[in-house]
Amino acid sequence: MNTPAKHKLIAGATGDWEVVIGLEIHAQVTSKSKLFSGASTEFGGEPNTHVSLVDAAMPGMLPVINEECVKQAIRTGLALKAQINHRSVFDRKNYFYPDLPQGYQISQFKHPIVGEGEVLVDLSPTEQIKVGIERLHLEQDAGKSLHDLGANDSHVDLNRSGVALMEIVSKPDMRCADEAKAYVSKLRTILRYAGTCDGNMEQGSLRADVNVSVRKPGDPLGTRCEIKNVNSIRFIGQAIEVEARRQIGILEDGGKIDQETRLYDPAKSETRSMRSKEEAHDYRYFPDPDLLPLEFDGAYVDELAKGLPELPDEKKARFIAQYGLTPYDAGVLVLERAFGDYFEEAAKGRDSKLVANWVINELFGRLNKEGKGIEDSPVSAAQIGGIVDLISANTISGKIAKDLFEIVWSEGGDPAQIVEARGMKQVTDTGAIEAAVDDIIAKNPDKVEQAKAKPTMLGWFVGQVMKATGGKANPQAVNDLLKSKLGI
Amino acid sequence: MTDLTRLTLAQARDGLKAKRFTSVELTQAHVDAVAKARSLNAYIVETPEKALDMAKASDAKLAKGEGGALEGLPLGIKDLYCTEGVQTTAASHILEGFVPQYESTVTTNLWRDGAVMLGKLNLDEFAMGSSNETSYFGPVVSPWRRKNSDAKIVPGGSSGGSSAAVAAHLCLGATATDTGGSIRQPAAFTGTVGIKPTYGRCSRWGIVAFASSLDQAGPIARTVRDAAIMLRSMAGHDLKDTTSVDAPVPDYEQAVGASVKGKVIGIPREYRLDGMSAEIAALWDQGVAWLKAAGAEIREISLPHTKHALPAYYIVAPAEASSNLARYDGIRYGLRKTGKDIVDLYEKTRAEGFGKEVRRRIMIGTYVLSAGYYDAYYLRAQKIRTLIKRDFDLAYASGVDAILTPATPSPAFAQGEKGSADPVEMYLNDVFTVTVNMAGLPGLVVPAGMSSDGLPLGLQLIGRPFEEETLFSLGEAIEQAAPKIVLPEPWWG
Repeated sequence: MNTPAKHKLIAGATGDWEVVIGLEIHAQVTSKSKLFSGASTEFGGEPNTHVSLVDAAMPGMLPVINEECVKQAIRTGLALKAQINHRSVFDRKNYFYPDLPQGYQISQFKHPIVGEGEVLVDLSPTEQIKVGIERLHLEQDAGKSLHDLGANDSHVDLNRSGVALMEIVSKPDMRCADEAKAYVSKLRTILRYAGTCDGNMEQGSLRADVNVSVRKPGDPLGTRCEIKNVNSIRFIGQAIEVEARRQIGILEDGGKIDQETRLYDPAKSETRSMRSKEEAHDYRYFPDPDLLPLEFDGAYVDELAKGLPELPDEKKARFIAQYGLTPYDAGVLVLERAFGDYFEEAAKGRDSKLVANWVINELFGRLNKEGKGIEDSPVSAAQIGGIVDLISANTISGKIAKDLFEIVWSEGGDPAQIVEARGMKQVTDTGAIEAAVDDIIAKNPDKVEQAKAKPTMLGWFVGQVMKATGGKANPQAVNDLLKSKLGI
Repeated sequence: MTDLTRLTLAQARDGLKAKRFTSVELTQAHVDAVAKARSLNAYIVETPEKALDMAKASDAKLAKGEGGALEGLPLGIKDLYCTEGVQTTAASHILEGFVPQYESTVTTNLWRDGAVMLGKLNLDEFAMGSSNETSYFGPVVSPWRRKNSDAKIVPGGSSGGSSAAVAAHLCLGATATDTGGSIRQPAAFTGTVGIKPTYGRCSRWGIVAFASSLDQAGPIARTVRDAAIMLRSMAGHDLKDTTSVDAPVPDYEQAVGASVKGKVIGIPREYRLDGMSAEIAALWDQGVAWLKAAGAEIREISLPHTKHALPAYYIVAPAEASSNLARYDGIRYGLRKTGKDIVDLYEKTRAEGFGKEVRRRIMIGTYVLSAGYYDAYYLRAQKIRTLIKRDFDLAYASGVDAILTPATPSPAFAQGEKGSADPVEMYLNDVFTVTVNMAGLPGLVVPAGMSSDGLPLGLQLIGRPFEEETLFSLGEAIEQAAPKIVLPEPWWG
């Protein structure tokens, strides 16, 4: 367990409180068809157009497991360094709801496909925590109830009904909202690397049930409340803060926490009771007699392990070792698989630290500002590499390079050709620079005198020379010449 | 021309091949018989036009010397099998008017082999019952009557429409299903042959589910040979049912008439119940004598967990049913009774849509799966199930080829005679048959004698998994030895 750090505690009237958080993440499996039917999983279809007879629970229909979903769950388990269970069982979770056509959800209750694992979460370049994974199981998603189409009736869209979800349950290893947010981000990164979930929270591909309890540091665990279906990382953080303060308020007023399911309302910034423990459903779980236990051997798992890409933690370590990057830079560059790929392509045969700087500061900065993903970057890895080449060869200065980046971003083209065609090359011809230097010195005798007494005046001279040369003079050459001519 | 409905399925097949008559003639004879027998209430839906269209298509094939194993043979289909474009109700109000857009795998196999559909046969609602009295569409009346009595006799259940229709010559054979005895008990009550094959032998896809781990399709026919011919067409692996088994389907007809010399027949002492009627005991002894005479070796065996089978069955089957029937909620198809909110809609729809026996089993099933009761009921029942299966495994491992038991503890009874005060009285009908479902084994019932009041009695043969052929051989040996059972002259019109 992670020890509570002072800054993670919440100060209450009666002293500091520790928040204990566990998360159940519902991650939609990336697959063409549903968990037990051939219907499409594509997002955004017209209502009820991706529905098979099985999804609509017509009489006599039977589920047949989609092997690709099983593979995806195993891949995810491997990526979470988790125990893969070679035998797992599908159970029925029984309850009535119009968007649940079978009257039960096929899930895994007693024997999940994946057991305990672990996620390393970076909180800062220097602080890392481990969050334990309790289990991962496969289950069906429900459909969607629509209550706003008619005045008196509700409608049901079964497109999502039967889509495969992985429920990934963490241990209660997080101690503040930031840890929970960082965990979800990291988990999402891992899922995307493994290619098993697109992590798209806006489309509902990743949702979280957040379990929150509070206690005085060192005390046993408090009673928890579960906040259902939070669908953004920001809201997860807010919901935890709000819920923790609610619970602290109750406890400090001498009350006690009721175990219950709650909903987070971002508009009102509050959590509301959904149902109490007494109202909790009795799901009457039992093994689904339509499905045989799910069994596979070690060779099957090994084969899937071979197909897994390098995962973020390993990639980060390699970037530090191979490219000499700082942990921070390496951490940023592995946040998405495409970041690392981009970086490595651009860094090939180049000053990798300089490339990392340009990718992180210029490119990512600009992409963020424009709300673009790396896939949509107008500047390719080869182009960034070209810019870095020009800097390394002293063909352009860093300042000109930024202008060049702007041109490449908005107009495209080969950086070397642009520099050539637009005369952006740095002037390294000392004769030309010397002429400019001599000219400035001759025109400013008073400043020359001042500079001799106060060497920091050098900057003023550099500025003047750069202005005179249109910024293209090599700054180092200007510096050297000025120093020798001014005798400082 | 002789009445074509008097032929066995095999005779009709051979007659069509020999062009002694056409499928249209054969089918028309059955269509007429069905229309005349409506007082038996065996069919929920008659499909004469479809039948004659199919018959015409079969005749075209037969004329060219083509056609499948069942080409041109008119059959009845239990209304638990979904049939594309033809109402499928499971004999429940909640599915009244439901017309599937799909065809069950087993009926698809039958049509592939050329069979002709006469209509949909009545049954106990959702196959829950042993007398066909729980059907929303009214009880089926057996063509059999007690000596000197007009009392309406039940045809057994749940496949009572199937057994009555086959016994009354309203089809050459019928599909049925068996969850706890629903093929075998009706066959025994009507003097017909029924086989519940090994679990996984037939696909369950497209058959309205009752208890998924126990449900199995099978035929009811008038002879062992006819049942063998039908099962061959019905059986087979189906990728749409993961519990169906990928094993070749033998030509079961080949096993009919094969010698049973040297076969070891187990006689389980636990089936000799306290208070078993002398008539049933004598029938069983007679069966033993016939098989012995045919060259089989008789061996007493023990199946010690037999007495727990019935209670365990009445936990497992309702548990699965309570979940399987949750989909009938008034939302997407079937009956809907609107209410003030969604819960009210569910309650009204299901209260009106399900009959009393179905509601009772949903309640039992929901109860035994509830938190706090699951371990005490469902889990223990599953353990008993494992023990029952082991009893059989041990018997077979000791060299037993098949087990002979009575099919039912009594002959058929009259409508309203049983179970109205105490449902358990009705459940006891399944005492000899449920063990077979619990163990997933094949079981064949063959007519073997008559009760003192003139009703047929059957014997049951239980086989090793996927050794239905042995059952057909032994069943035919009994069929040959037993006195011929003759249905009284049609009194129903």
